[in-house]
Amino acid sequence: MSTTEESILAPAQTAPATKGGAVAAYIDDRLASASFTKRLLDKVFPDHWSFMLGEIALYSFIILLLSGTYLTLWFNPSMTEVIYNGSYVPLKGVKMSEAYSSTLAISFDVRGGLLMRQIHHWAALFFVAAVSVHLLRVFFTGAFRKPREINWVIGTLLLVLALLEGFAGYSLPDDLLSGTGLRIAEGIIQAIPLVGTYVAMFLFGGEFPGTDFMPRLYSIHILLIPGILLGLITVHLIMVFYQKHTQFPGPGRTESNVVGFRLFPIYMAKAGGFFFVVFGITVLIAALVTINPVWMYGPYTPSQVTAGSQPDWYIGWLDGAVRLTPNWETSILGHTLSWNILIPALIVPGIMFTALGLYPWIEAWATGDKREHHLLDRPRNAPTRTALGVMSLVFYMILVISGGNDVIAVAFNLSINQITWGFRVLLFVAPPLAFVITKRICLGLQRSDNNKLLHGYETGRILRLPSGEFLEIHEPIGEAERAKLLAKADVIPLELPSAVDENGVRNPKAAKSIARAKLSQWFYSDVIPTPTDAELREAAHHAEHELHQAQSHLKEIESH
Amino acid sequence: MNELEHPTGDPYGAKDGKDLVSGITVFPMEPHVPRKADIDPKAARRAERQVATMFGLSSLMIIAFVVAFVKIPNTSLISIPIIGVVNANHIAIGFTFGLAILLIGIGAIHWAKKLMPDEEVVQARHALTSPDEERKEVESSFKRGAAESGFKERKIIRRSLLGALALFPVPLVVLLRDLGPMPGTRLRETIWDKGIHLVTDATYKKIKASDIPLGGLINAVPENLLEVEHEEENLNQRGKASIIVVRMDPADIVSQQGQDWDYQGVLAFSKICTHLGCPTSLYQQRTHHLLCPCHQSTFDLSDSGNVVFGPAARRMPQLAITVDAEGYLVAQSGFNQPVGPSFWERG
Repeated sequence: MSTTEESILAPAQTAPATKGGAVAAYIDDRLASASFTKRLLDKVFPDHWSFMLGEIALYSFIILLLSGTYLTLWFNPSMTEVIYNGSYVPLKGVKMSEAYSSTLAISFDVRGGLLMRQIHHWAALFFVAAVSVHLLRVFFTGAFRKPREINWVIGTLLLVLALLEGFAGYSLPDDLLSGTGLRIAEGIIQAIPLVGTYVAMFLFGGEFPGTDFMPRLYSIHILLIPGILLGLITVHLIMVFYQKHTQFPGPGRTESNVVGFRLFPIYMAKAGGFFFVVFGITVLIAALVTINPVWMYGPYTPSQVTAGSQPDWYIGWLDGAVRLTPNWETSILGHTLSWNILIPALIVPGIMFTALGLYPWIEAWATGDKREHHLLDRPRNAPTRTALGVMSLVFYMILVISGGNDVIAVAFNLSINQITWGFRVLLFVAPPLAFVITKRICLGLQRSDNNKLLHGYETGRILRLPSGEFLEIHEPIGEAERAKLLAKADVIPLELPSAVDENGVRNPKAAKSIARAKLSQWFYSDVIPTPTDAELREAAHHAEHELHQAQSHLKEIESH
Repeated sequence: MNELEHPTGDPYGAKDGKDLVSGITVFPMEPHVPRKADIDPKAARRAERQVATMFGLSSLMIIAFVVAFVKIPNTSLISIPIIGVVNANHIAIGFTFGLAILLIGIGAIHWAKKLMPDEEVVQARHALTSPDEERKEVESSFKRGAAESGFKERKIIRRSLLGALALFPVPLVVLLRDLGPMPGTRLRETIWDKGIHLVTDATYKKIKASDIPLGGLINAVPENLLEVEHEEENLNQRGKASIIVVRMDPADIVSQQGQDWDYQGVLAFSKICTHLGCPTSLYQQRTHHLLCPCHQSTFDLSDSGNVVFGPAARRMPQLAITVDAEGYLVAQSGFNQPVGPSFWERG
């Protein structure tokens, strides 16, 4: 970057030989972008199928921006009442809002409009699904650890925003189903202590449903939230780029390198191609599988509802939580506290998202691990974390299923009361069970890994010795497998500090450190140590001996 | 930012076959195994043809898309097995468009996998911590700037600035005031009042007790909803004032919210669920239970509309009714409590 030797006239550089070179030179003369571009083109990304989950989320977001922009050309978020006169015959002459009638126009009168609506809705479902599964991948492999905690928080924010954005979009067509969803959202806002009624009145410009909310929701859906999403996604990607991607353990992979393929040309082709694959599949599904057929629900009116109303899948857990909470409500000094709404719709989600966002620090505090981690954990090698994750997932899944308790009741001809009670019990019983079972499975898998390292894998070939003894031949595992199985850092739980110092004086800070050490020991309980080098050598020696023995037995049998 | 800052390529280092950071054993890279296309020119040419075919088919699909878009009317229907009867234009353009894009993607990935080099490359990570000297330089720069500004010493400037900055968002919040009206008593009132006729929800016809069969249910609204001409107000009032009218054997009525609020076994209740405001709609004749389809709150209409199951905390408000001189159902008075979901000020 030194300027001392540069001429103030034209730089004395060789003229580019090609047209592309001339363009590059033109840009570089203005931005000095050569060094960055070189690093960009040469940048190495590791390869693993699970790294594509975040890509699906990103590509779905791009598809959403494209298809959403298209929809804005025809959609009219107005609550002005019109009499429908479009080409969908069953609704001809029906009074409805312009929002709903323009949605019908997109579906029936604009060529390709239905396709774009379906692409938009499917892409939204895929977006939230990909974000969620991507989150699980990052969680279970420990990719959120130092130095990536900040990006984890951004990811958590992205998830929350994705849910809000999805719900807003779902509500815009002003059909009977989406209107019902909005009515519930308004009821939840009203339940907020102190300010709820005011917030509801201001948001809706008066009482529900009013005519102000739809246009306001539209600006939120097409400008405010997508803007924030776009900004956060950009930061998310820059951080991945700058900090470099994590990688799974394997031959040649260390904490200090990255093994994979260069951005140019491999990932340009693979990731670029994958965008088209995601887009293409979304379009094909949109063409072949109908989603959200709003024309069948009819326009929204506050006095009607359809039985078996279901929100989009990602709102299901909230709906389930609201269904499961008993009818608690308290009255204090003339004021109402609707616990039946506050707990499932605000308190529980608040706790869940806060815990999710803070998890990297919670775990680091418990383990005392301040190191950088670029090699991913295999989930089995972090049994407590994996068990916590599965526990949370089971909790979440029970809420999702509870959101369909009426559908289950009808489908299996059961009593809705019994199903609801069953889920209430399961919600508290199943997650701890899942924790214990998952942890045991992880430990079992670790033992099996150690067995493979020490004794090789079972070939399934059984030898019967002349003495009548049966012997299964074990073969040593390959180098790649060894590298994977041995990449397990041994963990050291924090030591319990003594409550008094060496002079016998009570340490006032001991309580906190004792709690922390206990948490650490709990987190690292039941550690199964990786075989040491000596053990491995001994085992290899032993295995070789056994193999020789088996081979000589074989020869013996053949010679008979 | 620059991996060249670490010319050894290893800021953490690995020693004696162990990663210095994690202590795990480092194994050497596996030797590269060439693919078929790397060694067999025939296989490479085949892969090349496959990729080009996919890109070519993609172009054809785009042409097919344009033809389908122009030629197939938006109103023509087509029957497809499994999927059923669908809009032919929608299916044709979706199928061609989707396939065209998909083929580009599969072609590019196939190209990368078969023909581009598949030998893995190792790149060093750069340290994500700045060297100590740099941190110190930042610190001293900051201190210099802070000293030059006099932010610390000039208390009066600092405090007045902080005050001004704290107040600066006030207009931004105040400007939102006219988003909506103050709640006032809106949530407590409906347009029901003494002598207002009950009329059917869709056709606004006055209702006689004999219009409702025993065990039957009618959705109704107040007659004066017709007078609320302003669309928005009409919608809002409908959202609060909608009721259901049921008729049961008077002997089945266990209790009511007020004495003689029924008329010969005809009872009127708010239709708006006290949980989160969905219109309740599923009525079971035999048990007199009313179920909200949203969260399954269940109310017993023969017993003061009490909650028998589900998340709703309050019973369904009952509207006292009687008949006018001609025998049409009218309200004895408005609701004596707010209808719909609870709110902080409800009490």
